[in-house]
Amino acid sequence: MDLALVWFILIAVLWTGYLVLEGFDFGVGMLMPIIGKSNKGRRVVLNTIGPVWDGNEVWLLTAGGATFAAFPEWYATMFSGFYLPLFLILLALIVRAVAIEYRGKINDETWRTRWDWAIIITAWIPAVLWGVAFSNIVRGVPLDENHQFVGNFFTFLNPFALLGGVVTLLLFLSHGAIFLSLKTDGEIRARAEAFAKKISLASLAAAAVWAIWLQLAFSVAWTWAAVVVAALGLAGAWYSSLQGRFGWAFIANAVAIVGAVALIFGSLYPDVLPDIDGVNSLTVDNASSTDYTLTVMTWVAAIMTPIVLAYQAWTYWVFRRRLSMEHIPEHSELTFSKS
Amino acid sequence: MEALELARWQFGITTVYHFVLVPLTIGLSILVAIMQTAWVRTGKEKWLRLTKFYGKLLLINFALGVATGIVQEFQFGMNWSEYSRFVGDIFGAPLAMEALLAFFLESTFLGLWIFGWDRLPKKLHLLTVWLFSIGTVLSAYFIIAANSWMQHPVGAEYNPETGRAEMNDILAVLTNNTTLVAFPHVIATAFLVAGTFVGGIAVFWMVKTARKDKDSADLPMYRTAARFGALVMIISGIAVIVTGDVQAKLMFEQQPIKMAAAEALCETEQPAQFSLLTIGNLAGDDCSSVSHILTVPGLTSYLATGDWNAEVTGLDELQETYAERYGATDTEGNEISYQPNLAVTYWSFRLMIGLAAFSAALALGILWFTRKKASGMPGWMKTLAIVSLPMPYLAASFGWIFTEMGRQPFVVAPNPTGSDQVFLLTQYGYSSSVSAGEVITSLVIFTVVYAILGVFWFRLIQRYAVEGAPQVEEPTVQSDDDDAAKPMSFAY
Ligand code: HDD
Ligand code: HEM
Ligand code: HEM
Repeated sequence: MDLALVWFILIAVLWTGYLVLEGFDFGVGMLMPIIGKSNKGRRVVLNTIGPVWDGNEVWLLTAGGATFAAFPEWYATMFSGFYLPLFLILLALIVRAVAIEYRGKINDETWRTRWDWAIIITAWIPAVLWGVAFSNIVRGVPLDENHQFVGNFFTFLNPFALLGGVVTLLLFLSHGAIFLSLKTDGEIRARAEAFAKKISLASLAAAAVWAIWLQLAFSVAWTWAAVVVAALGLAGAWYSSLQGRFGWAFIANAVAIVGAVALIFGSLYPDVLPDIDGVNSLTVDNASSTDYTLTVMTWVAAIMTPIVLAYQAWTYWVFRRRLSMEHIPEHSELTFSKS
Repeated sequence: MEALELARWQFGITTVYHFVLVPLTIGLSILVAIMQTAWVRTGKEKWLRLTKFYGKLLLINFALGVATGIVQEFQFGMNWSEYSRFVGDIFGAPLAMEALLAFFLESTFLGLWIFGWDRLPKKLHLLTVWLFSIGTVLSAYFIIAANSWMQHPVGAEYNPETGRAEMNDILAVLTNNTTLVAFPHVIATAFLVAGTFVGGIAVFWMVKTARKDKDSADLPMYRTAARFGALVMIISGIAVIVTGDVQAKLMFEQQPIKMAAAEALCETEQPAQFSLLTIGNLAGDDCSSVSHILTVPGLTSYLATGDWNAEVTGLDELQETYAERYGATDTEGNEISYQPNLAVTYWSFRLMIGLAAFSAALALGILWFTRKKASGMPGWMKTLAIVSLPMPYLAASFGWIFTEMGRQPFVVAPNPTGSDQVFLLTQYGYSSSVSAGEVITSLVIFTVVYAILGVFWFRLIQRYAVEGAPQVEEPTVQSDDDDAAKPMSFAY
């Protein structure tokens, strides 16, 4: 198989990893007030992702770096073209990283509340914007003959993309609720389960409309298979939630994300970033690095990806215990006012 | 201002900010790993307390380091898209490797380390902190390899058909001699920053504890930390000077104009003097108005070549050589000045070297006053410690500002012994499709948000440092059956 295609698929895999993993991180962040309720409850919720959220985020950095190495033109056009949406996402990720780490460091109600809001808001923003961004990539953006983006911010605000934003939002909410149902106990678990049962249906409904729209408007025949996989995944997540089998629900949601990414990338191919008029599209061929670079990178990826997967999986195993109120230790005693 | 200038400001501000946090993370992660190793091997409680104390400070720093790093990964595409198109074939590779080999390691094992005190057996838990530290050093290696390629492009050819540079030798890129000297210099810097941090805070505590209670059990613990910090400062200080010197000699061959600018050396001199102070209009980039006072004869010759009597080519002559070789005018017919900003290069170079003197003084002070077991620490050492803390940070920032601004007007500086087509002027590297309005929006918001987060960072570091080393309990590993309701050893 030609190496550029291998890298196109590999980048799809990296995005899948990112959306599956950080997807529930965002869900957990958004659900902090709804499922956490009290301070201690919010801490239970937050600590389910405590040891893993940073490792999850690296999937995004790797997707970015891999795009740079394998498809420099794609990296250049996409990130300069999607300047403002990407800027908003980055801003959210910056504040989020700091908020998660600093929230518990000072024993003060106002301090905690403010960082809690930061964690919540910075989960909502990317949860919506990723859907908007991917929908616009599939739909195509205006490019000139030098592959430069020639639209503006309002280019991104079309109905299909806005629906895409709603889809990732609902999907991540349901993914987060299912994750919490698996990782918590006691009253938090009860609330998470109840929420997961409702939200997974909403996620199924919105995603179905979006996927069929995408399939009819922008795609090729074989991706119907991906639509079906995604739909079965989401339906499975809903059904398993109703049955109280959240392990299965989690897997089903992950399968749905695999289906959705396959749908997105399948409909793009052979483009990586289509021109909305179909003339100046960036393709797998005209955007890629040379064969030499791709060969080098293939070796690196082939060796490193399994190792990374192994130690990340081990982390989840180490922290497999369910968390509940009793597991949360007292706050640090530190306040800013000197004792 | 033009989009180009704004893009440069944005890159400069966000990167310098990122690198203020980076050296402490790199250096301290290893120092903390050493402390924890000492605890595991000796079982002495003081090492556990120090591990936890400095470990907390490390975490506060790490969070902001990660946050500011995320932006870096995407900035090349956002603001420097033409640059990214030109170099992506080569430059993207170390960046992707950094993520795959270093960032995953770093972030995953940090999570295991923070939350794993009561989940992992002692030795396995120790391994996690080491893997985390190795991740930080690896990440430095790959990013410096990427940066060194911009200073000295190797392993690449220009393809006239695509108009891009293309890689033909990854090993050459990863073993670029520029990388091999810049990496140890930067890592040594990181240890100097971390050693000063550990030593400085320990001195602060020695003075404070001794004032309250001369026989306090905490005193020997802080003495250990102070001496540990001093040792690190001395070893890394020597390493910084040695590696810096090697780097200077290489720089003289690879980017002679940077060296000449660092000296504000307008005309060719033999031997070339080194000035400690210069008056005149450096900022105007006007060589004729510059006059050196307080000079050391021959020192520049020595720094550049190892020979006190060597000839060093001046800026005027270099300008002509460059114009001949890389073009006298740009695509719009404007004359290209190959001379970097004189004021910035001249002063940042001196500040890089000069500010490190504080760490030297602190280290010697510590070694002197702690030479006996039961030793006191005079009050003025506390002042010296506090004043010294920020100095290596500043020195490191000036080092980068010198390296990067000295590379101007190139974003990819040409390799004098390599391909003559592989170079790029900064003015052709920025994203022409991004409007000045968009850049100014992001520039202002990033700066404001960074400033706010910086205030929290500073207050937390200060607060936790002033709190001192916590009392600790020996961590116990829990199995899943007996701990049904036992609280976690650490939680957000
Ligand atoms: C000499 C070392 C060095 C230099 C020059 C840079 N960084 Fe850095 N970076 C690190 C050393 C480091 C680190 C030690 O690995 C960090 C710093 C603070 C931290 O907590 O991890 C990190 C964090 C960090 C992260 C977050 C990783 C995570 O989530 O764990 C990213 C994405 C980057 N960096 C990217 C960059 C890019 C694209 C740079 C080039 C402009 C850059 N860094 C310069
Ligand atoms: C973390 C340490 C670093 C610091 C403090 C730093 C500092 C700076 C500064 C001050 C500028 C602005 C120069 C100017 O516009 O005159 C700059 C530009 C730039 N640097 Fe660095 N830099 C660092 C690391 C890197 C690394 C590791 C890379 C590449 C991997 C890099 C790539 C660039 C690029 C692409 C530009 C923009 C073009 C330019 O303005 O020259 N920098 N950097
Ligand atoms: C505590 C921080 C630092 C100190 C004390 C320090 C000190 C030194 C010294 C003593 C030299 C040798 C000067 C000579 O022999 O000519 C040197 C050279 C150099 N340093 Fe640093 N350095 C520091 C940080 C950095 C950093 C972070 C960078 C960024 C990459 C940097 C970049 C350089 C470069 C490029 C040279 C060669 C300069 C030349 O052309 O002479 N330094 N440094």
